[in-house]
Amino acid sequence: MTIEFETPKPIAQTQLVLKTVAEEMMRSKSRYFDEHEHEIPWDYMEFMHTAMKAMGAGSLAPKKEKGNGHDGGEQKEKRPSIAYQSLASQIEMLAWGDVGFYLITPGGGLGAAAVAAAGNDAQKEKYLARFSGEKPTLAAMCMTEAGAGSDTSSIRTRAMLDEKTNEWILNGEKIFVTAGDKSFTEYEKLGKGFLVVWASIDPSAGRAGMRSFVVEAGTPGVKIAKLEHKLGIRASDTASISLVDARVPFDAILGSPTVEKTTTGFKGAMATFDATRPLVAASGLGVARAALEFLKEKLAENGVQIRYGLPRQKLSNIEREVIDCEIMLKSAWLLTLKAVWMADNKKSNALESSMSKVKAGDVGTKITQKAVEILGPLGYNREFLLEKWFRDAKITDIYEGTGQINRLVVARQILGYSGAELR
Amino acid sequence: MYSFEPNEEQKMLIETVGKYAINDLRPVAREAEEGKSLPPKLVAKGWELGVLQASIPEAYGGFGDRSAVTGALAGEELAFGNLAGALAVETPNLFALPILLCGSEEQKQEYLPKIVEGNWAPYTSALIEFAFDFDPNALKTTATLKGEEYVITGEKAYVPFAKNAEAMIVYAALDGVTQGFIVPKAAPGLTVENEAEKMMGLNALPTFRVRLDGVKVPLANRLGGASGHDFERILASMRVANAAAALGVSRAAFEYARDYAKEREAFGVKIAQKQAIAFMLAEMGTEIEAMRLLTWEAAWKLDAGKDDAFIEAYLASMGAADMAMMVTDRAVQILGGHGYIREHPVEMWMREGRGFAMFTGFAMV
Ligand SMILES: Cc1cc2nc3c(=O)[nH]c(=O)nc-3n(C[C@H](O)[C@H](O)[C@H](O)COP(=O)(O)OP(=O)(O)OC[C@H]3O[C@@H](n4cnc5c(N)ncnc54)[C@H](O)[C@@H]3O)c2cc1C
Repeated sequence: MTIEFETPKPIAQTQLVLKTVAEEMMRSKSRYFDEHEHEIPWDYMEFMHTAMKAMGAGSLAPKKEKGNGHDGGEQKEKRPSIAYQSLASQIEMLAWGDVGFYLITPGGGLGAAAVAAAGNDAQKEKYLARFSGEKPTLAAMCMTEAGAGSDTSSIRTRAMLDEKTNEWILNGEKIFVTAGDKSFTEYEKLGKGFLVVWASIDPSAGRAGMRSFVVEAGTPGVKIAKLEHKLGIRASDTASISLVDARVPFDAILGSPTVEKTTTGFKGAMATFDATRPLVAASGLGVARAALEFLKEKLAENGVQIRYGLPRQKLSNIEREVIDCEIMLKSAWLLTLKAVWMADNKKSNALESSMSKVKAGDVGTKITQKAVEILGPLGYNREFLLEKWFRDAKITDIYEGTGQINRLVVARQILGYSGAELR
Repeated sequence: MYSFEPNEEQKMLIETVGKYAINDLRPVAREAEEGKSLPPKLVAKGWELGVLQASIPEAYGGFGDRSAVTGALAGEELAFGNLAGALAVETPNLFALPILLCGSEEQKQEYLPKIVEGNWAPYTSALIEFAFDFDPNALKTTATLKGEEYVITGEKAYVPFAKNAEAMIVYAALDGVTQGFIVPKAAPGLTVENEAEKMMGLNALPTFRVRLDGVKVPLANRLGGASGHDFERILASMRVANAAAALGVSRAAFEYARDYAKEREAFGVKIAQKQAIAFMLAEMGTEIEAMRLLTWEAAWKLDAGKDDAFIEAYLASMGAADMAMMVTDRAVQILGGHGYIREHPVEMWMREGRGFAMFTGFAMV
């Protein structure tokens, strides 16, 4: 091991390609889809699917053979994987293009990440192969309910085993499901996706009874009840999903079908979050970078140079603000990179994952807010995308654990406290 | 590749230096601060760890190659024990490293073996000036070429161990560009104040005002020889060192506050169980790690000779200074009234914490 910050060649090369994609396929359409919520950018989705297949990327879903530190299988690789580092870098660049678009990039997103983190080998095979199929395919993760957001342990969705048919019967209402519609509704242009639905198999067991289930697109009894209208990331659909006596096969359960005294079910969710939080952080930092670059560009056009190297006392206020934004952005990205590097190297990264998310949530919102503020009338105008990035960036501090919830996770790690000791 | 783990050699260094920091520096920190001096034996012991010696190639009497990353790791570790002690141990770096990085062959031959093969000795450098808008790239101290000599005039402040310094590098503006000049102890026109500076913190580190009234040095004493040198390289190294020291002090304050919060009870629970305290700690821990990585990256870029290394070092130093203020302030806050009392070290760390905004020039890696 060593301390090194050289961007690996394959990552640098992919970034170049994705930058063009971000400019040509995303930013050019950003405004349109911001103003036409619930329309679907098919061009982008189809292009990305084809492009990623051509690049051998296949999908943005973590490749199962690369592992993520949680799948337990024996691995015989010589060189440490850079799969998560690549993924985080790609996501950062796509989000630099448009976070809303990024969230509907074919490849499985959070749904696939959940399968990768909590599924067994057969399940990974069965559910993840589809993302490199003919058509763009998506998957989503359904945890949140109207009465259970941050407090995931109080979800009310139930899963009961029908012993006659050996099927699970799911009942409940999920909300705020990113890409829920595109993962579940059977559009002609899309491959068959799935939802990963969290439910309790034994409400009396609390967290220990929580499990996730793969629900295939089109499963009877499951309905997209509503699509939300949002502050930002409007190209990404956010669905409410109702499940009424929805039946899934026995082996759609991720993790053990029986309840032990331990909290293994919930750990599946937590393992997923350890893997996905730095990825969400990366997406927030992509928008933040877009905003900071735009700010610097506009300042330069107007003859304002940032004089790096001057002591604080000699800098103008604008220079100080810009420099502070750069410090925040760079350091937040390094935290993110470290968290995914740990995942690639099979080191437990619960602390670092949440740290990166805390920091990115802060930095994403602060930088976009600053940029709008400093550019005054330009910042507020819809002629530019900056005001949209301000609206888009805010989600970073909310989903995948709010800033507060991630602070709790960090604090518990730092203090060696359980959830009961620090709530 | 990206990689975030020190190599085996660095790990061993961290361990050795860390032991010294905890077992030697930390226990005398308070007494040294109140008594305004460090036990010479303590500094000698730190010198014998060989951090500087390991950055100087064998050809010049050392046993290794300089790495800013390794220097930053050691710097954090030392400052974790005690900042004044750390800076004292590292004071000869201020003289030796600019020569290693930018000196002429003759300068290297003349000074490096003498410094690294000997006992700790006060070789130092004079950069800071006593002005609110002090700017290392716009010095008020000037050097003027007169015939076969440079004539240096001006006033310097906060020069560590200037009183008995064997020699110091004085930074001065030569036609508006900052350049270093080797000024020997007995140079006529060089006056060091008798009394050490009285500062808000860092009182165990003796630093002095230095006046230069037309001090004459031969052409060969210009750092790098006749053609001079790129001061940015030196400044960047000072900035990384400043950031690293800020990390050490911040980590000390953070860990102390964390441990205290797990012991102290209020309203029937440990104060750490209250989110107001726990969230402060979470943010402190996160910011320390964030600035550590930025510092490492800056150091790595210096070692790798990257174009943006100087900017990165600037950002790291500034970011770490802000972080240190935030963390040390909160450490006092977490201890409440007890934090304000000089029995606990947190108030001392808070005084040091503010200093990183101006400590650039006190250390090099
Ligand atoms: C656009 C969008 C996309 C989303 N995508 C998905 C998805 O794909 N899948 C999914 O399952 N969910 C998704 N979510 C849901 C998201 O994860 C939740 O909204 C989030 O976890 C917060 O839950 P909540 O909205 O119920 O807020 P609440 O839990 O009601 O929180 C309200 C406030 O209280 C704070 N708070 C709560 N508990 C504590 C505590 N213990 N200590 C301190 N403060 C606390 C929170 O930080 C917050 O500030 C999405 C949400 C949005 C808006």
